[in-house]
Amino acid sequence: MDTSLTLLLLLAPFIGFLFNVFFGKSIGKSASGILGTLTVATSFATSVYFFMQISQTHQAIQIQLFDWIQISNFKVDFGFLLDQLSILWLLFVTGIGSLIHLYSISYMHDDENMHKFFAYLNLFIFFMITLVIGSNLLVLFIGWEGVGLCSYLLIGFWHKNQDFNDAAKKAFIMNRIGDLGLLIGIFIIGSMFSTLDYATLKTAITGTTNLNITWISIAAFALFIGACGKSAQIPLYTWLPDAMAGPTPVSALIHAATMVTAGIFMITRLNYLFDLAPDVQNIIAIVGAVTSLVAATIALVQTDIKKVLAYSTVSQLGLMFLALGLGAYEVAVFHVITHAFFKACLFLGSGSVIHALHGEQDMRKMGGLKKVMGITFFTFLISSLAISGIPPFSGFFSKDEILMVAFEHNKVLWIIASLASLMTAFYMFRLLYLTFFNEFRGTAEQKSHLHESPSLITFPLIVLAILATIGGLISLPTNSWLNEYLAPLFAKASHEAHHFGTTEYALMAVAVLGGLIGIGIAYAKYIKQNIVPEEDSQITGFAKVLYNKYYVDEIYDAIFVQSINSLSKFFNQYVETTLSSLVFGLGKVTNELGFQGKKIQNGSIGRYLFAFVLGICAIITYLFLAQ
Amino acid sequence: MNVSLILIILLVGAFATYIAGDKLASKVALFFGIAALGCSVVLLNHFNLGENISFLSQWINQPHVSFSLNADGLSMAMVLLTAALTPIIIFTSFGTEHKNAKAFYALILFMSFAMVGTFLAADGLLYYIFWELSLIPIYFIALIWGNGDAEERKKAVVKFFIYTLAGSLFMLVAFIYLYQKAGSFLIEDLYKLNLSATEQLWIFLAFFLAYAIKIPIIPFHTWQANVYQKAPAVGTMLLSGIMLKMGLYSVIRWQLPIAPLAAKEYMNIFIALGIAGVIYGSIVALRQKDLKKLLAYSSLAHVGLIAAGTYTLTIDGLRGAVLQMIAHGFVVVGLFFVSEIIYRRYATGTIAEMGGIRTQSPKFASMFMILVLASVALPTTFNFVGEFTVLYSLSQINVWFAILGGTTIILGAYYMLKMYQQVMLGETNTKAFADVSLNEGLALVLIIALLFFFGLYPKPITDLITPSLENIIKVINRA
Repeated sequence: MDTSLTLLLLLAPFIGFLFNVFFGKSIGKSASGILGTLTVATSFATSVYFFMQISQTHQAIQIQLFDWIQISNFKVDFGFLLDQLSILWLLFVTGIGSLIHLYSISYMHDDENMHKFFAYLNLFIFFMITLVIGSNLLVLFIGWEGVGLCSYLLIGFWHKNQDFNDAAKKAFIMNRIGDLGLLIGIFIIGSMFSTLDYATLKTAITGTTNLNITWISIAAFALFIGACGKSAQIPLYTWLPDAMAGPTPVSALIHAATMVTAGIFMITRLNYLFDLAPDVQNIIAIVGAVTSLVAATIALVQTDIKKVLAYSTVSQLGLMFLALGLGAYEVAVFHVITHAFFKACLFLGSGSVIHALHGEQDMRKMGGLKKVMGITFFTFLISSLAISGIPPFSGFFSKDEILMVAFEHNKVLWIIASLASLMTAFYMFRLLYLTFFNEFRGTAEQKSHLHESPSLITFPLIVLAILATIGGLISLPTNSWLNEYLAPLFAKASHEAHHFGTTEYALMAVAVLGGLIGIGIAYAKYIKQNIVPEEDSQITGFAKVLYNKYYVDEIYDAIFVQSINSLSKFFNQYVETTLSSLVFGLGKVTNELGFQGKKIQNGSIGRYLFAFVLGICAIITYLFLAQ
Repeated sequence: MNVSLILIILLVGAFATYIAGDKLASKVALFFGIAALGCSVVLLNHFNLGENISFLSQWINQPHVSFSLNADGLSMAMVLLTAALTPIIIFTSFGTEHKNAKAFYALILFMSFAMVGTFLAADGLLYYIFWELSLIPIYFIALIWGNGDAEERKKAVVKFFIYTLAGSLFMLVAFIYLYQKAGSFLIEDLYKLNLSATEQLWIFLAFFLAYAIKIPIIPFHTWQANVYQKAPAVGTMLLSGIMLKMGLYSVIRWQLPIAPLAAKEYMNIFIALGIAGVIYGSIVALRQKDLKKLLAYSSLAHVGLIAAGTYTLTIDGLRGAVLQMIAHGFVVVGLFFVSEIIYRRYATGTIAEMGGIRTQSPKFASMFMILVLASVALPTTFNFVGEFTVLYSLSQINVWFAILGGTTIILGAYYMLKMYQQVMLGETNTKAFADVSLNEGLALVLIIALLFFFGLYPKPITDLITPSLENIIKVINRA
C-alpha cells in the first residue's frame, strides 16, 4: 500500500511529463496544462495522506525497490524514505507546485510551446520529489542533478534568445561546481561509513564515539559547497539572478520556493553529521550572514522587478544558512516554509504585473497599478509585510527566531542579519511603491491595456497570500508545533523552547522597529518625495557599484572564464601542434636515417672492402686491448 | 557451442556481404551483424548457466601458439558491446550512399571480427594478430570513404596507421620476451611468471606504448582528432565506440596482471596521466570549431578518466572503468551519429555554420540533448554509474585525484552545453533542417533506451563482469 502510493506520488508528474512530451501538442494547450496540473495535484493529495498518516503513527516509511550501484564496500539501493522531513517538504513542493501549475495555464497560454513548458514543469516536480524522498544520498543526487537539468531547460525556455541560453548554461555549470563538492562529500561518507543510506548513517554516526573528526569536517565542508551551488550562496550565487531569464512561474517555483531550498534540506537531513563539525558550522553561519547582507545591498538599487526579488531570495536563503550554521535546523526549515509562501506569492504577483504590461520588467516604467490591479496589489502588500517581518504575518515569526538564535550565539552575526532585514523591508516597499503607487509611467499604449489578471492567476495569489498571513502559526514562539513535529530528526535535543523574558521581547521589538524603519525610509523617498530611480547612465558612486552587483560577474569572468579560454587557446595553438610535430618529427628522423643508410649500401665493392678492413682492424684492436 | 561461433558468423558475414554485391551489401551486413549479436546473447545465456564456452585448439607447434579463445565475464561484456554496436553502426549508415558498398560493409564486419577476436584471445600471439588485424579494415575505411581533401586525409590516416603499428611492435617484443621466459604464449602461463621488478617495468612500458597510442592517453593522442574528423561516420564510430576500448581492455587483461609490480610502483604516475587527459582534453575541446573534432577531444577526456580508473588496481576502479567503457561506447556512437545527421543536411562539420536547428526539428533536438546529458553523466544514465564508480575509486587512492578527475563534470558540462547552444539553439536557421527520418530516429532511440535501462539497472552487467575482475585483482596481488 505504502509502496504503491509512494510510486503514485513520484510517478504521477513523470507520467504527466511523458504525456505532454508525446501528446501535448495534439491535445491542445488547455488540456495539456490541466493534465500537467492534475498530475501534480495528485502528488499533493498523496502527500497529504502521508502527512496525516505520519502525524498519527510517527513512523517513518522505508521503501526499497532494487539494487542500483555496487561499490566494493557498500551497495546503493534505489529506495525511498518518507519521514517527517521529507513529507513536510513534499507538502509545500507539491502544494505550491500545483498552484503554480494552475497559474501557468493562464500565464503561458500565448506561448506556442506551452505543452513543452508543462512537460518540463512536471519533470521538475518529479525530480524534486525524488530529491526529497530518496532514502540515500545517491538517490538525492539523482533529484539534485535532475532539478538542475529542469532549471536549465526552463531558464532557456525561450531558446531563440542566446542571452537566455547563456543564463541557462551558467546556472547549470555553476551548479555543477557545487555538485562536485557534493560528490566528494558522498565519497568520503561512503568510504568512512560504508553506507550512503540515511537511516544506517545516522545510527553509525550517532552511535560511535571515536570518529575521525577531521574527515567528517572535510565531508561536511564538501557537502556545504554542494549546498552553496544549489541554494545560491557566496561564492556560487551569481547564477540565480540570471536565472530570471526564465518565465516567471519558473522563477516562483524553482528559483524561489522549492529547488533553491534543496541545500537546506540536505544539511538538515544530515544534521547529525554537521553537528560534529563545529568549524564547518561556523563557516556556514558566516557565509549565510554575509550572503544575506551582500544580496540585500544589491537589491536596494535594482530596477528590474524580478532582479529585486531574485536578490531578495539569495538574501533570505542566506538567513536560512545562518540558522543552519548555528545548529537551529528547525528554525531554518520554518523560514524555508514561510519564505516559500510569501516569495512564491511575490514572484507570481510580479508575473501578474509583467503580464499586464506585456513583458515590461523595469519598475521605472511602472507605477499606479494599485488602481487597476486590486487583487495583485493586495496580495503583494501582504507578502511584502510578511517578508519585512511585520507582525502578525508569517515572516515575522520565522525571521524573528533566526535573529534570536543569532543574538544568542554571536552579536556580530545578529547585527548583520538585522541590517539585512532592515534593508529587506526597504527594498520590498521601494518595489511596492514604485510598482503600485503614484502615477503610471509607461506608454499610453500600455496604459490603455492595463487590466487585472484573470482568475487563474489571481486565485493562486490569494491562496498564497492567506498562507503568507497565517503560516507563522505552525511555530509560535512559546508553542511550536513544527519543532515538536521535527524533533525525531535531530540528534541533539532541539534548542529548548525560549523562555520568553524581557530580552526576547526587546529583541522582537528591535526587529519589528527595524522593519518599520525600512518601510518608513522607502515611504519617505518614493511616496513623499516621489523619487523615480534614475536612468542607468546617471547612476554614480557606490550606487553604481551596487547596481552592477559589485562587478562580481565581471570578476569571475576575468578570473575563471577568460583564463580557461586562454588556456584552451594556448593548448590548441601551441601544445597540440608541438606534440603533433614531435610525432611527425620522429617519422622524419626515421626517414632521414633510412635515406642516409641507403647511401652506405650503394653497391660499390671498394667501399664495402674498405669498411670490411676497418671492421677487422677494430676487432683486432679490441681483442688486443682486452688481453 | 562456444565463442568461436561469433567469429565464424562475422567472418562468413564479411565474405557474404562482399559476394552479395553493392545493392544488397548493407542488408546482408546488417543481417550478419544481428546474427552475431543473437549468437552472443545465446552464448551469454550459456555462460551465465555456468557452461564452458571457451575454445582451445593447437595452432602452431614451433613456437607454441594455440588458437585459444577464453570467455570470462569481462570478455563477454566486451564481445557484447561489439556485437551490439556493430549492427547499430551498420544501421546508421543506411541513410548514406557509399560507392563500392560491398567492400565497405564487408570491411565493417571484418573489423568487428578482428575486435571480437582481440577481446577473446587467450594466447599472446593470437591476441597480437587480432589486434593488428583490426587496423587494416579501419585504415581502408577511413582512407577510401572518408571526408574532405583526399591528400590531407591520406596524411592523417597513414600517420595513424604507422603510429599505432609502431607502438604495437613494442608489445610484440614484450610478448617474445615473455615467451622466452614462459615457453608459452598462453595467458595463464604468462600470469604465473615471476618476473623481476626491472623486467616488469620494461614489459609494462612496452605494453603501455601500444595501449597509450590506441586509447589514446596524452601525450600520445595526436593522431586522434584528425582521423576522427576525416574518417566517415561509420569509421569514427568503430574507432571511438569499440576500437579504443581494445586498449583499455588490454590494460586490464594483459598489462596489469603480467607486470603488477611495475603497475603498483608507478600507479600514481599513470593515474595522474589519465587525469591530465581529462583536464587537457576538456580544455582543448572548448575551442574546437569542428563538431567531430570537439567530440574527439571529449572522448579523449572520458577515456582519460577510464584509464585512471584501471590504474587504481582496485575492484571499484576496474569495475567502474569497464562500465564506463560500455556506456561511453554507446553514447559516443550516438553523438557521432548526431554529427552525421547534421552533415547529411548541411554538408558541414563546422559548428559556426550550424545553429537554430532546434525549432525546426524538435525530435532530433530532444534526442541530441539526451545524448549530451548522458555524455556529461547525468544520474539515471549509464554513464553516471561508471563515472561515479571510477571517481569513487580515485577518491580511495587520493581525494585530490577525485577532485581533479571530477572536474570533468564541470568542464564536460561547459563544452557540451556550449556546443549544443551553438549547434542547436538561437534564431531559426535560414537553411531548412528536416527532422530525423524513421531509420535515424530508431537508431538513436535504441541507444538512448540502452543508456537509461543500464543507468537505472546496471546490475546485469555488474554481475557479469565482477567475478572475472576479482580474479584479475587476485592475479595482480599474487606476489
